Amino acid sequence: MDFAGTEVQQAIASAARKFAAERAEPAAARADREARFPEELVRELGQLGLLAVNGPAVHGGSEAGAVAYALAVMEIARADCSLAVTMAVTNMVGETIARFGTPEQKARCIPRLASGEWLAGAFGLSEPQAGSDPNSMSTRADLRGDRWVLNGSKQWITSGDRAGVIIVWARTDIGAGNRGITAFLVEGGTPGLSVGRHEEKMGLRSSSTVSLSFEDCEVPATAVLGDLGHGLRVALAALDGGRIGIASQATGTIQAALQASARYARDRQAFGRPIADFQAISFALADMRTAHDAARLLTLRAAALKEAGRPFGQEAAMAKLFASEAAQVAVSKAVQIHGGYGYTAEFPVERLFRDARVQTIYEGTSEIQRLVIARNLLSRD
Amino acid sequence: MDIQLNDEQTSVRSLCRQFADAELRPNARKWDVDHQFPTEAVKKLGEMGLLGVAIPAELGGAGMDNVSYALAMEEISRGCAGTGVIMSVNNSLYCDPVYKFGTDEQKKEFLAPFARGERLGAFALTEPTSGSDAASMQTVAVKKGNEYVLNGAKNFITNGPQADVVIVFANTDRTKGNKGVSAFLVPGSVKGFTRSKADDKVGIRASGSCTLFFEDVVLPERFRLGGEGEGFRVAMQTLDGGRIGIAAQALGIAQAAYEEAVAYAKERKAFGHPITQFQAIQFMLADMATEIDAARLLVWRAAWMKDNGMRHSAESAMAKLYASEMCERVTSKAIQVHGGYGYVKEYDVERHWRDSRITEIYEGTSEIQRLVIAASVLKG
Repeated sequence: MDFAGTEVQQAIASAARKFAAERAEPAAARADREARFPEELVRELGQLGLLAVNGPAVHGGSEAGAVAYALAVMEIARADCSLAVTMAVTNMVGETIARFGTPEQKARCIPRLASGEWLAGAFGLSEPQAGSDPNSMSTRADLRGDRWVLNGSKQWITSGDRAGVIIVWARTDIGAGNRGITAFLVEGGTPGLSVGRHEEKMGLRSSSTVSLSFEDCEVPATAVLGDLGHGLRVALAALDGGRIGIASQATGTIQAALQASARYARDRQAFGRPIADFQAISFALADMRTAHDAARLLTLRAAALKEAGRPFGQEAAMAKLFASEAAQVAVSKAVQIHGGYGYTAEFPVERLFRDARVQTIYEGTSEIQRLVIARNLLSRD
Repeated sequence: MDIQLNDEQTSVRSLCRQFADAELRPNARKWDVDHQFPTEAVKKLGEMGLLGVAIPAELGGAGMDNVSYALAMEEISRGCAGTGVIMSVNNSLYCDPVYKFGTDEQKKEFLAPFARGERLGAFALTEPTSGSDAASMQTVAVKKGNEYVLNGAKNFITNGPQADVVIVFANTDRTKGNKGVSAFLVPGSVKGFTRSKADDKVGIRASGSCTLFFEDVVLPERFRLGGEGEGFRVAMQTLDGGRIGIAAQALGIAQAAYEEAVAYAKERKAFGHPITQFQAIQFMLADMATEIDAARLLVWRAAWMKDNGMRHSAESAMAKLYASEMCERVTSKAIQVHGGYGYVKEYDVERHWRDSRITEIYEGTSEIQRLVIAASVLKG
C-alpha cells in the first residue's frame, strides 16, 4: 500500500499545475464568456506531453501511466473544466487507438494527437436518439468494393469540428444487433463528413460540441479500428478509461470550488468577523474537503488498477458516479458561500456551477454508472 | 499509488473475517438483546493478538501496522459492532497512549498484560457536562507531595464496567486551560474509585459503558501518564488514532448491512421477479457499495499515514466523519431493502442501524470532525 505518488506522477502533476495556474486559469473566464476554443493552450498542452499522458513513448506519448493522467486532468480541471474535457477526450481517443489500432493507425494518429498538431481527437458514439443505449444507433457503414461508406449522424461530439481524427461507430451488419457495430477512424476533412450545429451549452463553453453528419462518407478498409463487428467492445473499453477522465475532472472541480470558497470565506466579513469563523460556512468547507478526498481516492484507485492491467470497470464507474455527484453538491455550496457574488461572473464559482452540471451526464450518466455497478455486484455470488 | 494489501494485511483480514463469521455473527443478536458483554469472544481476541494489534511484540502486542489494525477492526465490527468497540478502546484509546507516552516501567505494568488481552483498559475523558469541549472538565487532581488526589466523575466510559485500568484526565492546574490537564493511569482496585451500573444504550449493546466516580482517590506520581500538563496533548493525539478505529468500525457495520441487503434482495420476490431486477433496489445497492468503498479508502489512507509517521489529524477526521455518516445511510437503506423484515429482530439490519448511530457521536462527534477538517482547510 502506498498513497504517495511516484516521481513521474508528481512531475506530471506539477507540470500540469504550473500550466493551469499560469496559462489556463487566467484565460478561463474570458474563453467561457466568448465560447472560444483555446487553440493556443491546446497546442501548449501538446508540448507539455499532456495530450497523450498514457500514450506510448514510441509514438510521442508521455507513457506516464493512468494515475499520472488522472492527476493531470485534476490539475487542468481546477483551472478550466472546458480545457480539461478537450484534453481528456483527445487522451481517450489516443489511448483507444493505442489499444485497438494497427501499427499503421498508431503511427499515423498518435504522434499527431500527442503533439497537438491535430488539435483534438473526437469520439463519435452518441446519436440524436441513442445516448446511454448505443445498441439503438442508426449510423451505418456499407462495404462498396474495398471501401466503407458511412451514412448517419452523431450528436454531442466534443471537439468534433477540431478533430484530426474521429472514432465513429456504425452498423456494419444490420441484422446482427450489438454484434454488428464497428468502430472506424475518420479523419477530419474527409469528403462526406460535415460539421453541423455548434451546441450552445450552459457550461464547458470553451470546449466545442457539435453534431456531425455523414453523407456517403467513404473511408478505406484500413479505417476499421479493432475487429469488424466488435465496435461495442472498443467503445466500452474506451468509456471505462474515459470515466476515469471525467471522475478526475469532477475531482478537480470540487478542489476549485473548495479553494475559491476558502479564499472568499477568509476575506469576506459579516457581523464583524470573517465568515470562515461561522460554523455554517466552515462546516460546508469541511464537507467539501472530505468529498474531494473521497472522490480523489476512488479515482486514483481506478487509475491504479488500470495501470496494473487489472479489471477496473466497476471501480471507474464508482469513481465517476461519486465524483460527479459530489461535484454537484460542492459547486452549489460554493455559490452559496459566495452569496450574491457567487451568482455573478465576478467570481469563478458560477462557471464551476455550470461546468459541473454535465459531469453526471456525459460518458455515462449516473444512472448508467449505477447499472454498471449493480450488475457487477449482483453477478458476484 | 498502490492500494493493494500485503500478505500480512491480507491474512489478518481473512483470519478476522473467519473468526467473526464463526464466533461473532452467530451470537451478536443475543448479546445485543441481553446487553451481554462477550467475555469468551474478548478472551479469544486477546489470544489472537487483536487487543494490541499495533503494539510491538516485545510489549505483548501483535506488532502489526495500523492498516492491519483498521482491517481487523472492520472485520470484527462486521461480525459484532459491540465487540468491535471493546477492541477499539483497548487498542486505540488505552494501549496506544500507554505505548506512546508511558515510561518503560509503566509499559511493563500497564501495557503488556493489556496488549496480550489478559486485562482490559478504558479511556476516561468525557464528563457529564463536558464532552466535545474537553478543556471544560471538572475532574481535578491535586498534588500533595509525591501523590495526587483525584476527585470527579467521568461518564459514557466504554469498557468502564470491566476495565482493570482506566486512563483518566483531570485538571492539575485550572489556571492553565488546556495546558493544565494531566493524564493518569487509575487501577480499578484503588480506594475511592466506584462505578455506576451500565448504561442502557440504543446500540453496541455487547459493549458496556458506565459512569466512573473518583472520591479522594490517592495516586502515586508514577501513575501519571506523560508530563504534568501534557494530558490534553495525550488525549488529542490518542483520538487521532482512535478515529481510525471508529471509522473502521463504521465500515464493518456498513459492510455487514450491505451484504445482508444483497443476500435478501436476491431471495425476495415481488411482482414476479427477485427485487434485484428493479432499478430502485439495484441503484440503492450501487450507492451503498460506492460509499463503502469511498469510506474504506479514506480509512486506509489515514492508517497508512499513521504507519508512515505522517500527521494525520485531518485525514483521520475525514475518515471518521465520512465513514460514520455513510454507515447511518447504508444501514438505513439496508432496512429499506428488507422492507418490514428490516424492522424486526428476525434480521440483523435493525441492529446494524442502531449500532451505526453511535459512530457519529463518540470519539469526536461529526461536528468536532468538521471543526478539525475546516481548521486544516482554512490554514492551508
